[in-house]
Amino acid sequence: MKTLEELAAIRNKMKGDVTIRNEGKDKIRIVVGMATCGIAAGARPVMKTLMEEIEKRQIKNAYVTQTGCIGLCKLEPIVEVYMENGEKITYAKVDSEKAVRIINETVVNGKVINEFTVGAYEK
Amino acid sequence: MKLARAHVLVCGGTGCTSSGSGKIIEALNENLEKYNLTDEINVIKTGCFGLCALGPVMIVYPEGCFYSMVKPEDIEEIVSEHLLKGRIVKRLLYQETVHEDNIKSLNDVDFYKKQKRVALRNCGVINPENIEEYIGVNGYSALGKVLTSMKPQEVIDEIMKSGLRGRGGGGFPTGLKWSFAAKSVDDQKYVACNADEGDPGAFMDRSILEGDPHSVIEAMAIAGYAIGATEGYIYIRAEYPIAVARLQIAIEQAKEYGMLGKNIFDSGFDFDLHIRLGAGAFVCGEETALMTSIEGHRGEPRPRPPFPAVKGLFGKPTVLNNVETYANIPVIINEGAEEFAKIGTEKSKGTKVFAVGGKIHNTGLVEIPMGTTLREIVYEIGGGIPNGKKFKAAQTGGPSGGCIPAQYLDIPIDYDSLISIGSMMGSGGLIVMDEDTCMVDIAKFFLAFTVDESCGKCAPCRIGTKRMYEILDKITKGNGTLDDIKNLKELCYNVKESALCGLGQTAPNPILSTLRYFEDEYIAHVVDKKCPAGVCKDLVTYSIDPEKCKGCSLCSRKCPVGAISGEIKSPFVIDTTKCIKCGVCAETCKFGAVVK
Repeated sequence: MKTLEELAAIRNKMKGDVTIRNEGKDKIRIVVGMATCGIAAGARPVMKTLMEEIEKRQIKNAYVTQTGCIGLCKLEPIVEVYMENGEKITYAKVDSEKAVRIINETVVNGKVINEFTVGAYEK
Repeated sequence: MKLARAHVLVCGGTGCTSSGSGKIIEALNENLEKYNLTDEINVIKTGCFGLCALGPVMIVYPEGCFYSMVKPEDIEEIVSEHLLKGRIVKRLLYQETVHEDNIKSLNDVDFYKKQKRVALRNCGVINPENIEEYIGVNGYSALGKVLTSMKPQEVIDEIMKSGLRGRGGGGFPTGLKWSFAAKSVDDQKYVACNADEGDPGAFMDRSILEGDPHSVIEAMAIAGYAIGATEGYIYIRAEYPIAVARLQIAIEQAKEYGMLGKNIFDSGFDFDLHIRLGAGAFVCGEETALMTSIEGHRGEPRPRPPFPAVKGLFGKPTVLNNVETYANIPVIINEGAEEFAKIGTEKSKGTKVFAVGGKIHNTGLVEIPMGTTLREIVYEIGGGIPNGKKFKAAQTGGPSGGCIPAQYLDIPIDYDSLISIGSMMGSGGLIVMDEDTCMVDIAKFFLAFTVDESCGKCAPCRIGTKRMYEILDKITKGNGTLDDIKNLKELCYNVKESALCGLGQTAPNPILSTLRYFEDEYIAHVVDKKCPAGVCKDLVTYSIDPEKCKGCSLCSRKCPVGAISGEIKSPFVIDTTKCIKCGVCAETCKFGAVVK
């Protein structure tokens, strides 16, 4: 038999899962470039890492999705983070290690990691 | 379950299952494996989305892309393009959602924009075979709240305050019904659910049970607590195999999680549920017949009073509500009666689900706030009438209801307004008819149904419906007289006043309401011996307009009985003695030369 507390625990566990079907309103959107260029540059493992981190840290207000080529193929894999306030941060040449830091610092703490951004590479 | 980055929701309701959604799910799983995406993407079989005309349908979240009329061979493209690379397959999207280069949210599409989903809130959103998904959308929290913080009387007061009325047709205030049963004193009481949806064309109860069975289970347990019952029965027709299977799974899961059984939430309250299958008799949707059938007897009604709240199932006090009514209960408890009462009109609160069918673009299931006009349902949500035809009438309430003619398109729909114009809410079937529909023929169709379904216990219904049908048949064959119309009217009132149960008392409604608004059509059949809509075969003669006929001979080649003859390039003629009035010539003629 379940108690009210156990019910609440199941509800919490399922929340991240079911709220994805809310068309992602009021959530941080993490977008991975997954066109041919992105996949060739290693976007798949990056996406996997992002998702693992989100799951591990029980982050409820963010979701991962993918997009096509944005024209900056030489800087792939590219990860864009759309914050809740509408601000967008674009990270270039992301690998699994960077992906972990993006989740920790940008998604959880809301801090921009300047050295990973497209701006840093463009200089 | 592992966290997935995308959810693919495929409709597993009866509509989409018969258009092949099972194959779609198979193809999805195959392709996800092929592209190595099984860890990242969840495929979920849900209940009905409502847009059955476009099935099979699926939605991909988080983008909220709505793919319609999907075929198994399209799946590889959706997986490799959309799910792998993030490129939405535009050609397969529901075209209403494509707006220039952007994709509109489904909620902004005409079909969904004016809807408000309360009873259908979880249909097409959760996996009905997984209790944890239901818990994830606040499921069973209403039961928890009731059992741990409310007294039974407080529950009844809350339902009373919400203004909820029975969604099965009659519109009796649900809270009042519960309070009667609560006041009856007995050692055993029962809660029952009417899922014997018999109206031709109505399928909202099926969709709720298929898409969100736990909401009904939760509500029945709440009702049990409120009236002091420890056992419940769900009476569902055997023709709903998917709904029955999901209900069985849901009851088992609820028992496993302790939402049914002994000492629920440690409150000392016990509640158990049983399923009873109905064999598909229409009369078993009538409450007293339904309970007789659950008891194991032949499904026949009995006189009321005593009402079920005093003496119901097995002679004990019983609350019997319809599926859709129950589906509203958890929302009222969770969000409060005041919130619920904000929706709808003064005397009809909340929403109503309609199964829209007939001559309309978007056939399917729609849930609208009470007070929405018929025009909004037909022209905005329903997308209008195909082939540029004109709206003639809409039939609500199935064989017990009546028709609403075009002059009432702007009447706000609620229980009382429909009764005031001679129709009724009924269980929510809504059949749209265009100018090609003969109203006498429609009345005859519904009477044929009630003649078939009359249980035969009382004479007014057993004999009366048959006689009414015979008069209608006579009229459509062109043998009617004005006296027949007079007798028909009288017979209608007699049956209405004297039949034993709801089935017989409402059986004359289709005749009365068509007579009220379309008596001219009856008279045309009787006096002019003509069917204005060209439906009644015996009153139609086909002929060829020599002015329009080009002499192409197409009709003559298509005619199955060789009734059309003539010479090429000169007008053809129809031999009316051979003609069987099948109408093939009118369909094949490219110049509109065949006239009725």
